[in-house]
Amino acid sequence: MSDTLIEVENLSRYYQNHCAISHLSFTLKAGEVLGYLGPNGAGKSTTMQVISGNLAPSEGEVRIAGHDILDAPRAAKSQLGYLPEHPPVYRDASVDEYLSYCGCLHRITRSQLPAAIARVKSQCGLEQVGKRLIGNLSKGYQQRVGIAQAIIHDPPVVILDEPTVGLDPIQIREIRQLIRDLGRERSVILSTHILSEVQATCDRVQIIRAGELIYNAPIESLQNSQDNTAVVALRSPPGLDELLALSGIDHAEALGDGKFRLYFLPESNPDALVQTAVDQQWGLFELIPEQQSLEDLFIELVRDDGAQSE
Amino acid sequence: MIWTIARREIGALFLSPLAWIILAVVQAILGYMFLTNLDNFFILQPQLIQLDNTPGVTDIVITPLMQVAAIIMLMVMPLITMRTIAEEKRNRTMSLLISSPISMTEIVLGKYLGLLLFVFILVSLLMLMPLSLYLGTSPDIGKLFSIYLGMLLLLASFAAIGLYLSSLTENQTIAAVGTFGALLMLWIIDWAGASLDNGQSILSYLSILQHHQSMLEGVFDSSDIAYYLILITGFLVLTIRQLDRERLL
Repeated sequence: MSDTLIEVENLSRYYQNHCAISHLSFTLKAGEVLGYLGPNGAGKSTTMQVISGNLAPSEGEVRIAGHDILDAPRAAKSQLGYLPEHPPVYRDASVDEYLSYCGCLHRITRSQLPAAIARVKSQCGLEQVGKRLIGNLSKGYQQRVGIAQAIIHDPPVVILDEPTVGLDPIQIREIRQLIRDLGRERSVILSTHILSEVQATCDRVQIIRAGELIYNAPIESLQNSQDNTAVVALRSPPGLDELLALSGIDHAEALGDGKFRLYFLPESNPDALVQTAVDQQWGLFELIPEQQSLEDLFIELVRDDGAQSE
Repeated sequence: MIWTIARREIGALFLSPLAWIILAVVQAILGYMFLTNLDNFFILQPQLIQLDNTPGVTDIVITPLMQVAAIIMLMVMPLITMRTIAEEKRNRTMSLLISSPISMTEIVLGKYLGLLLFVFILVSLLMLMPLSLYLGTSPDIGKLFSIYLGMLLLLASFAAIGLYLSSLTENQTIAAVGTFGALLMLWIIDWAGASLDNGQSILSYLSILQHHQSMLEGVFDSSDIAYYLILITGFLVLTIRQLDRERLL
C-alpha cells in the first residue's frame, strides 16, 4: 500500500443542473491533516459526502487507500471514518449501545469490541456518560459521540465535517488535540469555518469557492510568507531610495507620516535596517512584522475570485 | 451484518411504546372477537350435529377471526413499517449505515429481517388463541398450520411494501398513509374484477385477499406461496434500487 491515502481525481458533482463541485483533484498522504475551507455553499460538505460514499460522483474518481469508492465500496469504506455535518446518532440509544452498534457495523469482532469502545470513550472524553441516552446529552457531547463513532474502527482515513460546531472553548481545545493526535498516523480531512482551527491543527490548507479549488498549499508556506513584510515608522525618515539601498529589501512603499512598508527578500531579516536606522539616527520607533494570517488570505482569495467572476 | 441491523431495528421498535401498544390493542380486539365467535359456535353447535360434512370449530371460530385479523393488520402494519427508513433519513443517521462497509442490500435486508421478527412475534401471539381451543376440543392442526403460514406470509408482504414506501420519503406519516393506500388497493383490486368478465382472472390474481383466503381455508397452493415470495422480493429490490438511486440525485 502506498502512503497516499486519499486520491481525488477530476471530481465533479451536479445536483440536476447546479454544479456543486467541479473538477477537484487532490491527494492526501498518511499523517497529513488537511484543512478544507470555503464559504457557505462552496461545496465542502458535498465533497465530503462524495468521498465517504454517501453521494455518487457525477464525474471523476475517489480512491481511499487505493480502493475506488464505486468499484470496491466495501474495501474503501472499511478504511474510512466519517463524521457528517449532523452527527448520525440515535437519540433513543445510550452511548455504549450506540458505540457497540457502530463497532458491529464496522465488523469489529465481539472480543475486541469492549476494548475499542473503551479506547474511543477515553479519546473523546465520554467515560462519564456511557450509560446516558444520547438524546439527553448536550450538543457538544453528541458531537463527541459522533467523533467517537468515526474512529471506533481505527480507520487510516478520518473525515470530519465541522467537528467543533457547538462545543465550548475547552472542548474545542480537546478536540483539536484529538485531531492532531489522529493526524500522527492517519490522514484527516477537516472542514471548518473557523480559520484559527486550521492554523492550529492542519498541515495543509485547501480553499474551495463555488465548487472550485482555488488554493492548496502546506501551512508552513503560509507561515513563511508572513514574515516577508514589515511596517517601519521613523521620526526623521530618509528618502525611499536610501531604504531601498539597504540589503535584503526587495521594494518599499511610503505610507506617509514617516511610515514605510518594506518587502523583504526571502530568507532575510531587518538587521541591516535596524543597524542603519541607529547609525543614521532615523529615529526608529516602530517595527511591526506584518502577519498575513490565513484569514486575510481566505478573504482575499474568496473576494478576488468573486470580483473576477462578476 | 444483516443480523446487527435487524437486532437494532427490533430493539428500536420495542424501545418506543408504539410496538407494545399495537400488540396490546390488536390482542385485545381479537381476543374479544375470538370470544364472540366462540359464543356463536356454541349456539350453532346443536344444528351442526344434524348436518353431514359439518364445518368444524376451526372453520367457524378461527377462519373468520383471522379474516378480521388480516384487515386489522392492514391498518396496523403501516404504523410499524413507517419509521424503518424514513426515520433514519429524517434524523440523518442513514449516513452512518451508508459510510459503514456494508452494502445497500445488507442494509435493506437487515431492516426487513427486523420487521419480520416483529411480524413473527405478532402472529405467534395471535395463534395462542386458536391453540387455547385444545383445552376443550381438538381443532384441525393442519388447517391451523396453514392459517399460521398464511398470516406470516401476508404480513411479510405487507412489511416489504411498507419498507419500500418508507424508503421513498423522510416523513413517517406520508410513509404510513402511502403504505395503507397501497395495501388497501391490493386488497380490493379484485372488486372491479367481479363486473368485468375478461379482466377478472388477472385482477383477482393480483389481489392479496384471494391468496390469503385460500390459505385460511387450509388450501396450501404453491402458486399462493409464489405470489407472496414474488411480491416480497419485488419490493425489496425496489427499496434497494431506491436507496442506491438517492446517492445519484
